[in-house]
Amino acid sequence: MCTICGCNGDDGHGLRLYPAGAHAVPAAAPWAPAGAAGVLRHAGGDLHYGAGPAGVSVPGLSQTRAIRIEQDVLGANNRVAERNREHFSAERILSFNLVSSPGSGKTTLLCATLQRLREREPATKLAVIEGDQQTSHDADRIRATGVPAIQVNTGKGCHLDAEMVARANAGLPMAGGGILFIENVGNLVCPAMWDLGEAAKVAILSVTEGEDKPLKYPDMFAAAQVMLLNKVDLLPYVSFDVERCIANARRVNPRILVMQVSATVGTGLDEWVGWLLHAYDHVSGRPHSHAGHAAAGPAHR
Amino acid sequence: MHETSIAESVLGLVEQAARQSGFARVTRLTLDIGCLAGIEVESLRFALDALAPGTLLEGAQWQLCEHAAQAWCMQCAAPVPIHTRLDDCPQCGGHQLQPVSGTELRVRELLVADAPAPPAAHTH
Repeated sequence: MCTICGCNGDDGHGLRLYPAGAHAVPAAAPWAPAGAAGVLRHAGGDLHYGAGPAGVSVPGLSQTRAIRIEQDVLGANNRVAERNREHFSAERILSFNLVSSPGSGKTTLLCATLQRLREREPATKLAVIEGDQQTSHDADRIRATGVPAIQVNTGKGCHLDAEMVARANAGLPMAGGGILFIENVGNLVCPAMWDLGEAAKVAILSVTEGEDKPLKYPDMFAAAQVMLLNKVDLLPYVSFDVERCIANARRVNPRILVMQVSATVGTGLDEWVGWLLHAYDHVSGRPHSHAGHAAAGPAHR
Repeated sequence: MHETSIAESVLGLVEQAARQSGFARVTRLTLDIGCLAGIEVESLRFALDALAPGTLLEGAQWQLCEHAAQAWCMQCAAPVPIHTRLDDCPQCGGHQLQPVSGTELRVRELLVADAPAPPAAHTH
């Protein structure tokens, strides 16, 4: 009988256990550790327990020990995000992570933005990564503007992660630089936590929602560098206090930059597109003037 | 419900630790959660409970430690304690606050066992 584990040892192994501590290892032991401390593998592949610190294994009494880990739960995502960021920087790609609740007009605003960018700078490459749980409707709408888009369906997932962006980006023709928009899953909660490697998060809030949304979803508005207040053409028809909304956003994020826009009638799009192109001036390293810019782009930060 | 993804990331770290340190199961998992980390602790508990069966975390206890946050008050030019992003400065009442800690989300420690969980017949 094996004196450590008490097995019958019908392979005649006797004391031939891979030891921990007190038991010596025969030089040519025909068995190998199973990969877990105190868990041994006999020649026949049987697993034996009882080689832990206490040297015994009693049913009901486990050998426990503490392992200090001290690791960031989102560390794996953050490492990929940092790799994305380095890639974007090396390739002179300016990337934005667009976040909002469903129905804020994100895709309509993005289509209008792409059209304006095309008109102002036909040579600048543009691309879109579209995140939704299901369907390629949004990517189809982007492609209809002539801009390449890749749809990422997250299935049951409530957010995009850095790995999804890395894979999608690899399929986009952005060699030599350009502006990449990542439209996240419509959700004001979860995407706040996942860094994708973007230059900035842009939160979109429409005036058909509540002006207290920055207070209700503070993590997202704290994580964003820009808030676009969309559908301002509807202000005469809704009770939405713009000043209070902006004050609420500044309360959770004193440095947030706010622009008021309407994707459908074009209000504010010149300012927004001007801001984007100014940021791209910095990323692409091309000479430019700072005259007429209301605010600095993310590259100034 | 991003706590499900968080629970999966936690399991990933535990599996990595098992490959490095070698253990059969976790009996207690200790997480440090800053109160600005964007984590609903009860949702995370639920997600861990749902994820654990059949993994190294089966049967483990969760020790989910929430920690207060600190913010820099621009008016006071001093660090002050806060509990939510909407808190006002406890000294001057202003809300020009920039959080400087409280977003941490870390696996601090594992209590692990080298033996698998005893079969149900052995438990009382």
